Amino acid sequence: MSLRSSSGNPVTGKPAGGPADRRLVPRKRKNFLGPQPLGLLFSAPYVIYVLAVLAFPLGYAVYISFHDFFFTAPRVKVDRPFVGFDNYIAVLSDPAVQRSFLNIGVFLIINVPLTVGLSLLLANALNRITRFKTFFRLSYYVPYVTASVAVVGVWLFLFQQNGLLNTLLGPLAPTPSWLVNSWLAMPTVALYVTWKQLGFFILLYLAALQNIPDELYESAAVDGGNKWVQFWNITVPGVRPASVLVTLLATITGANLFTEPYLLTGGGGPDGASASPVFIMYQRGLLQGNPDVAAALGVVLVIGVLLIALIQKRLVGGKED
Amino acid sequence: MSVTNAQNAKNDDDASRRPEPAEPVLRPDLGVEKRRNLGVGSFILLCVGAFVFLFPFYYMLIGSLQTAPDTSIFGAFPNPANITGANYVQINESINLFRGLLNSGIFTGGVILFTVIFGLLVGYALAQMKFRGRGVVFGMMLLVQMIPFQLLLIPLYVMIVRDYGLADSYLGMIMPFAINSTAVFVFRQYFLQLPSTLFEAARIDGASELRILWQIAIPLVRPAIVTAVLLTFIGPWNEFLWPFLVTKEQSLQPLAVSLANFISNIAGQAGNPFGAILAGACVLAAPAVALFIFFQRQFISTNIGSSVKG
Repeated sequence: MSLRSSSGNPVTGKPAGGPADRRLVPRKRKNFLGPQPLGLLFSAPYVIYVLAVLAFPLGYAVYISFHDFFFTAPRVKVDRPFVGFDNYIAVLSDPAVQRSFLNIGVFLIINVPLTVGLSLLLANALNRITRFKTFFRLSYYVPYVTASVAVVGVWLFLFQQNGLLNTLLGPLAPTPSWLVNSWLAMPTVALYVTWKQLGFFILLYLAALQNIPDELYESAAVDGGNKWVQFWNITVPGVRPASVLVTLLATITGANLFTEPYLLTGGGGPDGASASPVFIMYQRGLLQGNPDVAAALGVVLVIGVLLIALIQKRLVGGKED
Repeated sequence: MSVTNAQNAKNDDDASRRPEPAEPVLRPDLGVEKRRNLGVGSFILLCVGAFVFLFPFYYMLIGSLQTAPDTSIFGAFPNPANITGANYVQINESINLFRGLLNSGIFTGGVILFTVIFGLLVGYALAQMKFRGRGVVFGMMLLVQMIPFQLLLIPLYVMIVRDYGLADSYLGMIMPFAINSTAVFVFRQYFLQLPSTLFEAARIDGASELRILWQIAIPLVRPAIVTAVLLTFIGPWNEFLWPFLVTKEQSLQPLAVSLANFISNIAGQAGNPFGAILAGACVLAAPAVALFIFFQRQFISTNIGSSVKG
């Protein structure tokens, strides 16, 4: 995915200063770095930042995951032997980790289709409305721009044992209540995240919907296609690239889940039923002092997300590529 | 709410007028344009959506003002007999709200500062300067946005907290977010829309690249800066996991972290725990929501062609 996008771009892979600098010794030095070599200097802070704070840790994570690594005081030299796949074996045979992957699976099965469906429906309606457009748009984005920690407070209040939701449901209220019920805790977290992130995905779909030419709808209307026919045959295929992106981003966000199980269900409760892999990483790595195992878990998680993303791209993206 | 509503409706009118000036006057539903003709079902869908999205925020405010938590249906309406500001006092005693806001502000402000300064530099270079390795930098910027944060969590913690000893410091908080690559991308896109002849002319006139950037390019992309600041703001202001790992000392914690600690540890001891939590939530949410409502135009419009020309 990433490889394709970088090589497919006309800007990339084409360093300046090709055939122009032929045999002209005084100009060669200047042209070797291109007509505006100062651009290198302008890019330097960003490049150094990316290499030091993002690229290096990426490799470091893999290094940690293959060694017997533990926390030490700064500048203390200790021996950290290479242990092969030991950390990976520890991760994959850990029942808590297995449970967390199951949980994140449940989460994604609920969250991703719901996100794609609802954000497309709402964006489609929002795209056609002319009055109050800004009001609706704004109201959908508000949860997205608000801190999860803040909104979690309200959800706790709404979903507690004798909260407003259970009051409204009356005898239909589940026992035990939503967030302390081992069957409902993860679905509730998934619903919460869908609600919280939907505005962002509506934004993506709105941009994609602008690119569908009006003529398509007009000719479909002339041919007698009703709204649903138009929606399925014009809108859905028209926004397919956006759907791929939405699916991918929703999956990545879902795999990063931490705040919600930590706060909403009080640390992945009940009994680990809503623990996410990142929450287990935090537990194993920082609370219990096993950064090597946690790093291995991170690598496994990322590989898992990549695999899911590839499958999703096939399913959602159709046969075009 | 009604004030903002009216204001929005007004904004909405000029917003919808701009992109389609050629549209005939007989705009309202004459069946000419089938697509614009919004069905009742869609309108109800939008209304239900708006209710579902806004109600929790309304309930947050109401709940933060209740003397005793009222979870009955009547609790969703303001009740003069049950209104108090005590929850705000209560939360302020447990976690210093001002200190939390200040820390959030420094954390967020630092990230925005680094992003704007270095982002503008690299964004301009990528869009309007030709130099060896530009493609590599561009590809790097795209790839970086795909790096999952969970993979960096442990190594960054080891490096920043253990090796560099930056635990409980603003720099340690800021570092992993310092230059937002999405904002860099936004800058590049905006600079790319400016005609390159403008910059070539300035170069021929002997202006230095820094001067071109400062005096010509940046004034032309002011909307880009607002967009990028908004985009960048959401990240650190709302971020919980990283500052939570880095700051153990309460006087340095951003509000999101101290409120989360209150929710998970201390809330039980408060007289009206939910009231206090919701009061803290309102304080944390208010700046982001206000900023966003104020600048919503910049956040939404992706095409700024007209503002560049104007």
